[in-house]
Amino acid sequence: MTTWPILSVVTFLPLFGALVIYISRGDDEAARSNSRWIALWTTLVTFAVSLILVWRFDATNPDFQFIEKASWLASGITYHMGVDGISLPFVILTTALMPFCIIASWKSVTMRVREYMMAFLLLETLMIGTFSALDLVLFYLFFEGGLIPMFLIIGVWGGPRRVYASFKFFLYTLLGSVLMLLAIMALYWNAGTTDIPTLMHTAVPRSLQTWAWLAFFASFAVKMPMWPVHTWLPDAHVEAPTAGSVILAAILLKMGGYGFLRFSLPMFPLASHDFAWIIFSLSAIAIIYTSLVALMQEDIKKLIAYSSVAHMGFVTMGIFAGTTQGVAGGVFQMISHGIVSGALFLCVGIVYDRMHTREIAAYGGLVNRMPLYALVFMVFTMANVGLPGTSGFVGEFMTLLGTFKVSIPTATFATLGVILSAGYALWLYRKVVFGTLTKPALASIKDLTFREGLMLFPLVFLTILFGIYPKPVLDMSAASVQQLVNNYNTAVTAVKAAALIQ
Amino acid sequence: MVQAIVFLPLLGAILAGLIAIFGAHARNLSGDTVEHHDDGHGADTHASAAHDDHGHDDHGHDDHHVSEPPAAGSRAAELITTGLLMISAALSWVTLVDVGFMHHDARIALFPWINSGDLQVAWSLRVDTLTAVMLVVVNTVSALVHLYSIGYMDEDPHRPRFFAYLSLFTFAMLMLVTSDNLVQMFFGWEGVGLASYLLIGFWYQKPSANAAAIKAFVVNRVGDFGFALGIFAVFMLLKSTDFETIFAGAPGLAGKTIDVFGWHADALTLTCLLLFMGAMGKSAQFLLHTWLPDAMEGPTPVSALIHAATMVTAGVFMVARLSPLFELAPNAQAVVMFFGATTAFFAATIGLVQNDIKRIVAYSTCSQLGYMFVAMGAGAYSVGIFHLFTHAFFKALLFLGSGSVIYAMHHEQDIRNMGGLKDRIPFTYIVMVIGTLALTGFPLTAGYFSKDAIIESAFVSHNPFAMYGFLMTVVAAGLTSFYSWRLIFKTFHGEPHDQEHYEAAHEAPLWMLVPIGVLAAGSILAGFPFKELFAGHGVAEFFRESLKMHPHIIEEMHHIPAWIAYLPTVMMVVGAYISYVFYIRRPYLPVELASQHPMLYQFLLNKWYFDELYDLIFVRPAKWIGHFLWKKGDGYVIDGFGPDGISARVLDVTRNVVKIQTGYLYHYAFAMLIGVAGLITWFMFGLGGQ
Repeated sequence: MTTWPILSVVTFLPLFGALVIYISRGDDEAARSNSRWIALWTTLVTFAVSLILVWRFDATNPDFQFIEKASWLASGITYHMGVDGISLPFVILTTALMPFCIIASWKSVTMRVREYMMAFLLLETLMIGTFSALDLVLFYLFFEGGLIPMFLIIGVWGGPRRVYASFKFFLYTLLGSVLMLLAIMALYWNAGTTDIPTLMHTAVPRSLQTWAWLAFFASFAVKMPMWPVHTWLPDAHVEAPTAGSVILAAILLKMGGYGFLRFSLPMFPLASHDFAWIIFSLSAIAIIYTSLVALMQEDIKKLIAYSSVAHMGFVTMGIFAGTTQGVAGGVFQMISHGIVSGALFLCVGIVYDRMHTREIAAYGGLVNRMPLYALVFMVFTMANVGLPGTSGFVGEFMTLLGTFKVSIPTATFATLGVILSAGYALWLYRKVVFGTLTKPALASIKDLTFREGLMLFPLVFLTILFGIYPKPVLDMSAASVQQLVNNYNTAVTAVKAAALIQ
Repeated sequence: MVQAIVFLPLLGAILAGLIAIFGAHARNLSGDTVEHHDDGHGADTHASAAHDDHGHDDHGHDDHHVSEPPAAGSRAAELITTGLLMISAALSWVTLVDVGFMHHDARIALFPWINSGDLQVAWSLRVDTLTAVMLVVVNTVSALVHLYSIGYMDEDPHRPRFFAYLSLFTFAMLMLVTSDNLVQMFFGWEGVGLASYLLIGFWYQKPSANAAAIKAFVVNRVGDFGFALGIFAVFMLLKSTDFETIFAGAPGLAGKTIDVFGWHADALTLTCLLLFMGAMGKSAQFLLHTWLPDAMEGPTPVSALIHAATMVTAGVFMVARLSPLFELAPNAQAVVMFFGATTAFFAATIGLVQNDIKRIVAYSTCSQLGYMFVAMGAGAYSVGIFHLFTHAFFKALLFLGSGSVIYAMHHEQDIRNMGGLKDRIPFTYIVMVIGTLALTGFPLTAGYFSKDAIIESAFVSHNPFAMYGFLMTVVAAGLTSFYSWRLIFKTFHGEPHDQEHYEAAHEAPLWMLVPIGVLAAGSILAGFPFKELFAGHGVAEFFRESLKMHPHIIEEMHHIPAWIAYLPTVMMVVGAYISYVFYIRRPYLPVELASQHPMLYQFLLNKWYFDELYDLIFVRPAKWIGHFLWKKGDGYVIDGFGPDGISARVLDVTRNVVKIQTGYLYHYAFAMLIGVAGLITWFMFGLGGQ
């Protein structure tokens, strides 16, 4: 169908941009400006090329498309790329958000600008690669490789406690990864290949399913993050620079959910079914627990980080409900959360750039001098609360609806999060934006600039668009989700039937 | 035409919003730098000093001292939104005739919303008689409130924003009443919640307004929690959220159960109760009512539109819309009647002793909503809607009239500081009396027909709580009459208590008087001409499929003993007479009574202590648990035994390992000797022993 390896181009374009920045040496203001512009154009071009994927994508076909295959390491390990309806939205989310990250770092990053931009571009390559790799080894490489630039971004350009945060982030995620590597080897010995589409159609023995599921779970649960392995996230968010937080919340967290969809559910359906109650419990706990914790936060970024954990709870719950609405809702919720939480971190970054503090108590009454900011922040706050008409609602609603059919208690407890999220989000908004502007430090604060408007208003538009017309995203993933759900249900019912016969 | 009715307010909201946002942006500089030690920001200090003024008047004052110039384009925003609303209102009346009498029901599909597997939700507009009645109520009151606000808000610097919110609210409410499925209804439901939040907190510099706004949103969310679960249950049982499909499939659900936490609940009853929980939140019913009195922090036109005539009746509308479900779940109906009757009585008792003019009317609203739910529980849905219809007129009138009083008194809201105003603002006095007559059910006013019909329907209904509902509503009728006349007597009669304000009191501008006059006319005329359509023999013909009435209730209502029919009127007269004695003839009596029963008085004055109770059992524990989980759960347990603990243990181990490596030869020799001894022992007794 395609004559040129479009997926690889999308994946490696950012790396190429990083290389260009590396070549253009120098550390004066001109060189810094150059590297900013190169990074911006690279991300914009990558986004434009990725839109060709959307244009040519056949949404009715549930299988992988834009396949590229080349021999690589050993006989069973190939360079195999491709996207289906589940991974394509994440690819687009990544390419779409990267330009905003570059714009967000335009003025706030002044130290080692070249290295910073290179780290981001490298990260983009690795993230796109993660979502489009169709070989386990390749996937692992991209998946784990993403740790390194993120580790550097937090550790070099982060806040005062950046070293603690970056090590915590690294150790947590690495621990899970090691187990996943073991599981990948086990799968290779079982099937003789690491090709993902082949593995998806290979029956895995029940005992291996259990162990491999747990190993993958260890990795993805940390990435999501699920309770109780979530404590790295607030620290990492607080210390990361604004754009780092955006990427972390918007895309890196989605790798866990994507992993569940790509590996756990299709490859280990029986184990997924057996362990669903664990996921349900952890998700419901995560939603209530982290929402309560978010109520008491004193740091804006920490509050949003905890709310992210709660929102990811909806995703895991929906995915393992194994119903069409649950899984499709999980995908949609991840995309929506990518937009909304990314935008919320951008909003925090805007006031942080001005005041250099994230403490809630240091703000108050911003609406008096920043009406545009107040409007934008209100939209994202409402999306975070899950108000119908914003994208946040669609995902939450679908995951809850899909879960209710399977487990009423889980859905009931999770719905409590709807009350709590209103509590913490509106409280934050009130403390930061409403009230009188009495603090002397804020007296001369100014409203959004054109640059800041440029990165926030498109996100406002998307948030509302997907709230009232989520069809583009839902349709893109519908066929693949349906196939996934059908296969999952077939496998589970087959075993149940077999058990009945005995 | 339906599209125009629904989307013209949205257009108005967007235009006014754009005017507001461009105006605000023009007034405030943009820039990402902050001068921290700027000496000469004279304008800024001036502005913030002015803002301080706002901060101090935090309670009991519906106030807005002006320090800023009005926003650019204020008049344009007012005229655009008001004009568009007037068109919508006119079209709504046309629609009512078209649908109610010509039977031209309409269902218009707009575009798909959420499609996934068997979940198919579309944006669509449904107009049947029930919807048409709601369209008339919403748009008429909204148009009048828009008009009124032009006068009432004339000193406020943020009028474009205010009108944008008002129109946004109207749009959300219209989406709610025209919805053809539960999910779109939920959209409107939460949309009006958002608008209510924004409007209660309109004066965002007042801490009390902000607190009230959040409280309103969060308490409503508690109800929405139930509503959402109800939608999930409906979808699980019937694989759809469309009304037609639900209503068609509901009879087949009889006897089905849902397994909830090991309890086999009757599917229909449980679903209806969950949905009713949403209605309780929105309509401020007993237990979820606490937000409504606090919502009076918002500007008075908002109280009239949202917290009296329209949004709070959404719960009643929802139950009426879902009447085919509720008719199949008699147990749920019993609960509805119980809560309605309890609220009618409970809110009325609190209304007896309040001193804030708006809060009295707010508790009265709460109580009247209880009446409507009594009718819902009795299965006399059209009667409840009748009361909704008439109540919208006279309650909006009472609120706007109160606003006129507040306006005249320069933002004084405490009725203890008023008195004798009937000579200063005679027009307001007359319309307030008309509103009070209608509210208390004076013969031939609008409230007389609808309220008596509710009490009769409670009497004849077959609900287990029918007698309870009947008694509570009859008692509440007396209480209503008492507190309503108390308000009139203390405000307009007697001696002025605040001479300065009294002297300065003046009648409101025409912008405000015209809407009040129209509503006063409505409070009289909305009753008799509609009596047959809502509570008489015309019901079946008028509402047709849009309501599923209890089969015989209307018929039985016409065959009640005469003394039952006269009882509410008697109660009304008794209440009014006691009020007259208390506040005109013997004004020392209420003070004596309060001092004789201090416990009861305090209990009522403090609203049955619900706020304190909820603070104790919900708010504080939530905060405490949140803090505990954060510090102990995350900080001590998870981090302590997780990353921090492991890294600390690793350090401990290495430190100890380092200590072993002392460098002394005899230490190593000793360790070797122990080792060799151990090895030999093991060989001899362990392995060698075999």
